[in-house]
Amino acid sequence: MEILINFISAILLVLGVFLGISGAIGLFRFPDFYTRMHAAGVTDTLCTACIIGGLVLQAGFTLITVKLIFILLFTWYSSPAAGHALIKAAHKTGLRPLLRKDSEQEEKSS
Amino acid sequence: MNLVLFAATVAVLVIMALALVRAFVGPGVYDRILAVNMFGTKTVLFIALYGFLTDRPEFLDIALVYTLINFIGVIAVLNFVKDTIEKDQPTAEPSTEEEL
Amino acid sequence: MLYLVFLTFGLATFWLLMSGFWDNPLLLSFGVISVLLCLFFAWKIEKKYPFHKAISLLPGLPLFWMWLFKEVVVANIDVLKRIWLPEEFPLSPTIRTLPMSQKTRLGKTTYANAITLTPGTISMDVKGNEVTVYGLLKESVDDLEKGEMDKRVSKLEKRIL
Repeated sequence: MEILINFISAILLVLGVFLGISGAIGLFRFPDFYTRMHAAGVTDTLCTACIIGGLVLQAGFTLITVKLIFILLFTWYSSPAAGHALIKAAHKTGLRPLLRKDSEQEEKSS
Repeated sequence: MNLVLFAATVAVLVIMALALVRAFVGPGVYDRILAVNMFGTKTVLFIALYGFLTDRPEFLDIALVYTLINFIGVIAVLNFVKDTIEKDQPTAEPSTEEEL
Repeated sequence: MLYLVFLTFGLATFWLLMSGFWDNPLLLSFGVISVLLCLFFAWKIEKKYPFHKAISLLPGLPLFWMWLFKEVVVANIDVLKRIWLPEEFPLSPTIRTLPMSQKTRLGKTTYANAITLTPGTISMDVKGNEVTVYGLLKESVDDLEKGEMDKRVSKLEKRIL
């Protein structure tokens, strides 16, 4: 049982790290600010969830687990708010996004 | 197990370094804020992992506080930047009207 | 008034869980002081907030969260494909204004937050009954337009109406 839990925890940690590195690579590969936000979104959500999940499995049922779950909860509640504020500010101050050609009309009419 | 934890800690450090590079390179204010925000969330993970690695779970309290401070900090900086930047001033890549 | 009662209970539980010291009178008194301070600030900020109604939201949350987690995983895989194989899966950024059926402030916030939480779509602006969405992929915005998430949030919202 111990070995199984350790194994699952290790898999979750590795998965989280992989997601984090993908997000960091995406931060460099994507062409403009608005698309980069999505790359950062990958690392904010599932990467955090995987790493915290891996640590929870190692901690067992203690107050440490409660704290870890609170960290996850705060991250999942605050990162959308920060992302929304960021993209709204960028849009309001006139940073133009790259768009598909046929969607330019939608942007203008809205 | 400690080996996996150690590897994960180092990898999170690498991610933080990449985010910092983006914060230094990033064309424009918002790219930098985005990168710093990501740096902050990864710092939380790093502190938590480091606490487990050195068997000092008290570090989690710091991570918890850091989550909230990171969020408030980003909002505060954003508020400041939003007031500072004029609307017609070029913020980042000025001519991005081309299609993708 | 009910708001303050629930808030006191929640804050006290949170303090006890975070500190882990249950039997030290000095620390407990500090805890009481901090809870009272938080209560004062909360009371100053939100006098009329229907917190006791928001409590009745809680039983519906686990199911919604599970569904949301599934959505997040699917969306993550979508974005991962675009990061690692940019040639086969090209980007198609889209901005579109979608209607939303929520009526309360809490419901609208939940919907916009859920949109932003799933990678691939970010809510840009909420005005009245419309939300402007910026999507990395045209398909993900199309999926959003079908209204599955909107329906689920509205169902969740019915508990507080």
